[in-house]
Amino acid sequence: MKSVYLDNNATTRCDPRVVEAMLPYFTDDYGNASSMHSFGSAVGGALKAARQSLQRLLGAEHDHEIVFTSGGTEADNTALLSALETQGGRNEIVTSKVEHPAILSLCKHLSDTRGVKVHYVPVDSVGRLDIDAYRAALGPRTAIASVMWANNETGTLFPVERLAELAHEAGALFHTDAVQAVGKIPINLKSTEIDMLSLSSHKLHGPKGMGALYVRRGVRMRPLVRGGHQERGRRAGTENAPGVIGLGRAAELALEHFGEEERRVRALRDRLERGILQTVERSLLMGDPDARLPNTSNIAFEFIEGEAILLLLNRAGIAASSGSACTSGSLEPSHVLRAMNVPYTCAHGAIRFSFSRENSDADVDRVLEELPGVIANLRSISPFWKDGKDENGASHLPQEFKPTYA
Amino acid sequence: MWDYSEKVKEYFFNPKNAGALEDANGVGDVGAISCGDALRLMIKVAPETDVITDARFQTFGCGSAIASSSALTELIIGKTIEEALKITNQDIADFLGGLPAEKMHCSVMGYEALRAAVANYKGEAWVDDHEEGALLCKCFGIDEGMVERAVRMNALTTLEQVTHFTKASGGCGTCAEGIEGVLFRVNSAMVAEGVLSADVAFDPSRAANVKKPKNKVSPLAPKKPAAPAGGKLTTLQRIRLIEQSIEELRPIFKRDGGDCELVDVEEDRVFVRFSGACRGCQLESVTLQGVQERLMERLGQPLRVIPVQAAH
Repeated sequence: MKSVYLDNNATTRCDPRVVEAMLPYFTDDYGNASSMHSFGSAVGGALKAARQSLQRLLGAEHDHEIVFTSGGTEADNTALLSALETQGGRNEIVTSKVEHPAILSLCKHLSDTRGVKVHYVPVDSVGRLDIDAYRAALGPRTAIASVMWANNETGTLFPVERLAELAHEAGALFHTDAVQAVGKIPINLKSTEIDMLSLSSHKLHGPKGMGALYVRRGVRMRPLVRGGHQERGRRAGTENAPGVIGLGRAAELALEHFGEEERRVRALRDRLERGILQTVERSLLMGDPDARLPNTSNIAFEFIEGEAILLLLNRAGIAASSGSACTSGSLEPSHVLRAMNVPYTCAHGAIRFSFSRENSDADVDRVLEELPGVIANLRSISPFWKDGKDENGASHLPQEFKPTYA
Repeated sequence: MWDYSEKVKEYFFNPKNAGALEDANGVGDVGAISCGDALRLMIKVAPETDVITDARFQTFGCGSAIASSSALTELIIGKTIEEALKITNQDIADFLGGLPAEKMHCSVMGYEALRAAVANYKGEAWVDDHEEGALLCKCFGIDEGMVERAVRMNALTTLEQVTHFTKASGGCGTCAEGIEGVLFRVNSAMVAEGVLSADVAFDPSRAANVKKPKNKVSPLAPKKPAAPAGGKLTTLQRIRLIEQSIEELRPIFKRDGGDCELVDVEEDRVFVRFSGACRGCQLESVTLQGVQERLMERLGQPLRVIPVQAAH
């Protein structure tokens, strides 16, 4: 039976049309774009076209506002480190508690080793940013505010246009990690005050190891990687021509399929979500139902653990993910769900289903068929699930579950 | 995705002895929902013989937690309490064909649940001495708590000392940054408490970045010991390198009251004998993996370290 892939926020399948566009640049047009011969110029033109495709997807005013990088993480690192260098006299960062580790680990490192003060703005129980706390954290020492456009675990959207304006009122730069948003929701950067934006190619059916940082024209920038003059001196190193061209093609396809992502994918997601919440008792929707990516659904199942759910789903041919501690080897549940104050009884059992344009109705049917059994199976052996009651309502358990340490 | 053994998968997908045991006369609860894993072990003991006649479990946790719980019940049914208490968490892991280093705590939970259930049967109180913290050194399975305690109790101030006391970072060495972080944090706290002088405390800015590679070559070895250039070593050179690497690790084992000696080498298999505290130690398989990592790094080629029983 065909596998059901519902982990598109982790990565997507590279579209065969993207691969087709990339292939000639490995073996036929393999020149270095900087070279003074026809091998080089063939590549140069294709790189420019790719940059313009991405420019259109982002609604950027100029194509040179795009700096190609090795991925979203590099773009995030470049943005924050650059701001600390260019914003003289300012050494504070304002960010949210629910950012991706690409931002959070860097912030922790900067505050541990370089005396950078980082303000982590909290979120509410559905993951919405506390705007008052954000406003209060901004100040004359803020070099940059960085808040993601959409959260990778819950899909919750943040009002980044407004956040950028507030950052500017404090004289700070504004960066957004839009890795999950690009290609899934409309973006028109030229009508916003956003200074920098990170994106990743493999989240929108492009190749892995490829990403970009948008830097608004006029924003001062310091490169993370120094060397050659590539990317106008903002990111040295011979261009990853097949990667850039693949990302360009992926951006074109994302634009083409835009309406579909919005309508058909959203409908699939909503049907799955309704089905699960109706058939599985004590399942809860995580994230903001009113402002969410159209493709993401995060549902927590009480009294069971995420990795066990994923292993059983995987055996049934269904690929999903969890922010569960056990999949990462730490004991803490997802930092995003903890920031939302999701109780421990379900924070460990949250499962993320993330769709793409390649999913179908049959995929939703399969999950709705398999999932309730998986959940019931694990609950039947969980010491916290008190369903084994007899006809008088008394528990069969010899005593209430009281571990020695809690 | 974890690299679970077939046995772990089997015991997770079709766990044996899952569910409540209604006439249990010993119940052990360990873990907590906030920690992400919890286990209730229920045992039925025949009072006249002290034999565990039945055992069941209920587990909240990941795949290996469920498999470890089920394995535990299989291991203890039919044994007397005295025999069952000799089972270590390593036995549970071995029964399952091994567990990933990050998941060894699942077998420890089983080990503790058994003690808690026996205490409950005997009407005693059971006090947990559970250790946890982020796993720092994957080669030797050393967590943050263990490093922290070693640093505090022995006033350690360098990475090398931490390696000597805990083995952490003695294998592949990639966890050095994390260990230095703990060292810095704990030393700073100790300086603030006035129990360590600031002059000797670990200072990341002063930590030497460039270390001269250790060059302890036996006078009998060829003048230029073959670099780990994979496949180019003669058998004699390989055995000497293996011997030498184990010699370098021995002081670390001796500190723990154990020892390790090289028994034989056959192609890519290295037979070693653990003795003293290392033998049957809860972390024997983890230690073994650490030795293996170290040898592979020195030789630059894959090999397997296999423990052999001490001769009687």
